[in-house]
Amino acid sequence: MAHTSDLIASDIEAYLAEHERKDLLRLLTCGSVDDGKSTLIGRLLHDSEMIYEDHLAVLEAESTTVGSAGDQVDLALLMDGLKAEREQGITIDVAYRYFSTARRKFIIADTPGHEQYTRNMVTGASTCQLAVILIDARLGVLAQTRRHSYVASLLGIRNVVVAVNKMDLVGWSEERFDEICADYRIFAKGLAQIDPYFLPMSALLGDNVVEPGDNLTWFDGPALMEHLETVDVDVGVDLERLRLPIQMVVRPDLDFRGFAGTVASGVLRPGAEVVALPSGMRSTVARIVTFDGDLEVAGPGRAVTVTLTDEIDLSRGDLLVDVEQAPTRAHEVDAMLVWMDTEELEPGRQYLLQSANGVRNASVTSIRHRVDVDTLEERAATSLGLNDIGRCSISADRELLFDAYGVNRSTGSFVLVDRLSNGTVGAGMIIGAASSWNRQPDAGLLRQASSISQGERSARFGQQPCTVLLTGLTAAGKSTIATALERRLFDRGRAAIRLDGENVRMGISRDLGFSSQERSENLRRVAEVAQLVNNHGLIAIAALVAPKDEVRARARELVGEDRFVEVFVDTPLEVCRERDVNGMYEAADRGEVPHFPGVSATYDRPTDMDLRVDTSVQAVDECVDAIMDLLAARGVLDA
Amino acid sequence: MSAPTTTLPPELRLTHLRQLEAEAIHIMREVVAQFERPVMMYSIGKDSTVLLHLARKAFFPGKIPFPLLHVDTTWKFREMIEFRDRTVADLGIDLIVHSNPDGMAAGINPFDHGSKNYTDIMKTQALKQALEAGCFDAAFGGARRDEEKSRAKERIFSFRDRYHRWDPKNQRPELWDIYNGRVDRGESIRVFPISNWTELDVWQYIHLEEIPIVPLYRSAIRPVVERNGTLIMVDDDRFRFEDGEEPEMRAVRFRTLGCYPLSGAVESTATTLPEIIQEMLLASRSEREGRVIDHDQSGSMEEKKREGYF
Repeated sequence: MAHTSDLIASDIEAYLAEHERKDLLRLLTCGSVDDGKSTLIGRLLHDSEMIYEDHLAVLEAESTTVGSAGDQVDLALLMDGLKAEREQGITIDVAYRYFSTARRKFIIADTPGHEQYTRNMVTGASTCQLAVILIDARLGVLAQTRRHSYVASLLGIRNVVVAVNKMDLVGWSEERFDEICADYRIFAKGLAQIDPYFLPMSALLGDNVVEPGDNLTWFDGPALMEHLETVDVDVGVDLERLRLPIQMVVRPDLDFRGFAGTVASGVLRPGAEVVALPSGMRSTVARIVTFDGDLEVAGPGRAVTVTLTDEIDLSRGDLLVDVEQAPTRAHEVDAMLVWMDTEELEPGRQYLLQSANGVRNASVTSIRHRVDVDTLEERAATSLGLNDIGRCSISADRELLFDAYGVNRSTGSFVLVDRLSNGTVGAGMIIGAASSWNRQPDAGLLRQASSISQGERSARFGQQPCTVLLTGLTAAGKSTIATALERRLFDRGRAAIRLDGENVRMGISRDLGFSSQERSENLRRVAEVAQLVNNHGLIAIAALVAPKDEVRARARELVGEDRFVEVFVDTPLEVCRERDVNGMYEAADRGEVPHFPGVSATYDRPTDMDLRVDTSVQAVDECVDAIMDLLAARGVLDA
Repeated sequence: MSAPTTTLPPELRLTHLRQLEAEAIHIMREVVAQFERPVMMYSIGKDSTVLLHLARKAFFPGKIPFPLLHVDTTWKFREMIEFRDRTVADLGIDLIVHSNPDGMAAGINPFDHGSKNYTDIMKTQALKQALEAGCFDAAFGGARRDEEKSRAKERIFSFRDRYHRWDPKNQRPELWDIYNGRVDRGESIRVFPISNWTELDVWQYIHLEEIPIVPLYRSAIRPVVERNGTLIMVDDDRFRFEDGEEPEMRAVRFRTLGCYPLSGAVESTATTLPEIIQEMLLASRSEREGRVIDHDQSGSMEEKKREGYF
């Protein structure tokens, strides 16, 4: 092993030179004492010779009084630090351990497997790049295995080792190992980013921990130590999007004004154009200043001080970003929230939200669901208790600048702090800007009923209400069909209302832009109006691009499955481009229109539409005929 | 075996020491941004020396925006005090030196009062007095998690109540690089920016950065007496010889520094940093063994910390 390397004795300078080149891997070990986790860590430390003789002497003394490994030195005793816990025989918090080899320094976040588990594991996982999930070979995949894997996935850990331990107790059976791996694969399918390395091992006897050993000859992959030493720790590091959250302004004298922070992602270079947010002011990086001299380049993880060529306003919590890909800005975000306090989350109550943006006042406005970490099922919830994980909407008093947590851990994470106790009570991972889709109306509101029944309305209008959504690319012919359909219905004595995407943007949606989020909100408003209109017996005709499958599905849900008619106006992109009198496509090609479906954003082709029309081969009247036939078939139009 | 893989181009790759350095700088900047009156505990030892060096980096080209605090038991090695005064003068930093006036008046010393009492009065109580006198709401320390078991689970921002007590059962969760520094009046946070460093990392960093250290870490011929298997240096004429004790001149150095009557020397000829590191790596005894106070009973460090010891 590294520390007994002959170099130390023979050529210390060469050893130091080698040591200087090491990198760092932070890993998490998941499992309970019963899975042999502490034994595993003890062995990693012991076999890499990071346990000193006097520590061992103390251990030997204690093994005889509280240990559970018979006559052997109980390596597990190394792990549980606090005195009271040693007496109870459990660890109850996150403990950090260190060892290194010739190639890498390792930091192990060790978390226990008891009641506080979720809170502690989330805490430990938040800084880790790799997770070792221990499975007892005798017991196989358990509820706790799911919990560990889910939390690792939730916290964005991309490297997972599934260590099937205690292989000595199942006769080193390859069959048993394969069975467990197959079980694991089945349930891990639903988890983001999990592509595990399966490893049979015996932590107690040492097989496949540091050395392969003699008992698992049928397994030809690297032992744990070699895997840890060689795995790519920089997988997923984002070099594209520059994010430099400003921690403080360094201003030693009137001539120097620098902005200090740690590069969260992207690459900073002198001469690069940057945008300061939230002000939106542009400037250019003048210098990257460090104690050791100016840098020509600074990547993720570097703590730097930047000066700009212009005097622009920038303070703690602001972001310096690149000019191409701005972070999202919103007052309200959807996030996965882990509750860490014995006092329950109180929706509506003011907490402090601390993030790379500094501190905001914030409250949880709604809880969409709670995740049962043992079964991964989503359950309804009105609050979150200690160790609960839920999907929530959180509203802040000042705009947040963020990226999705899956894209950037630094700009996508936050904690909630209790204003009275000052304790950290919640940890959040941002999914995206919240939409009003999830928001619950205030509990005190009462719906005022009408005195007119649906039957009376149907008799008056001669129709059953419905909503026709025409979706498709810009210039596909949606508005033309909508207008023709409205005319046809009117001429036949029916009562219809037309909700054109462009028209609503001049009124109820004039506060909205064209980002994916805002398009979603626009469709929500149209769907809400359509539902009101339907409730009054009228037919609604909505014509919008509505590019997202997920958002159309929510509109269908809101209006009601039986009243919703989705018509895909599937005109080929080339035809849409030719017809585009406003020059929108050309502007999008030039990069002037961001988020333009078909050019700079995707349009999800509907898969469960009720009707498909193509105006490049069908005349407008034919399209309207087809829709009228469908409405008749659905019983919308009384004879 | 294949080499460690990385997707990063070489100019963006950070070695473990550079990552640890960046982490410590980030933490220091957070403290200065979040707190009104931070202070840096300065014990003159190698960990403090690294901490001070990191602070210079964190606020460059500005000056270090907080004072140093040295709790002087009056029994430190003379070379430590000389080194302290020279360092402070060279860097132009504010230094607060505090000794417990009650302890001094009562003549508390490590010979008559036992290490437990002496440490409590001249270190723990003195530290509390100094922190209260300065109304400091954040105090940096150079403690590392690898030093001792109870430290392995201490937070980087470690909350202390009005009585400077640490409650290991009620620590704030600490996630990502977000540090919650909220305290009420009278409460404080102890901050450990080099929590994730090991002894080897500290030495390697001193070597890499060519940071000056107290000469006591290097071997020299020094007057010592051997007492209960520990070599104690005779640093001044206050030393109490027991019957039959005579100072001997031996080639020794110190792995940790504190009060000279309580610091055990090791016999060594290591005078250069590579030699010191070599000796440390080959030695089979961990660093704190040279400190007399940790050995009373298992778990004693945890008890001291609950009482407010650093």
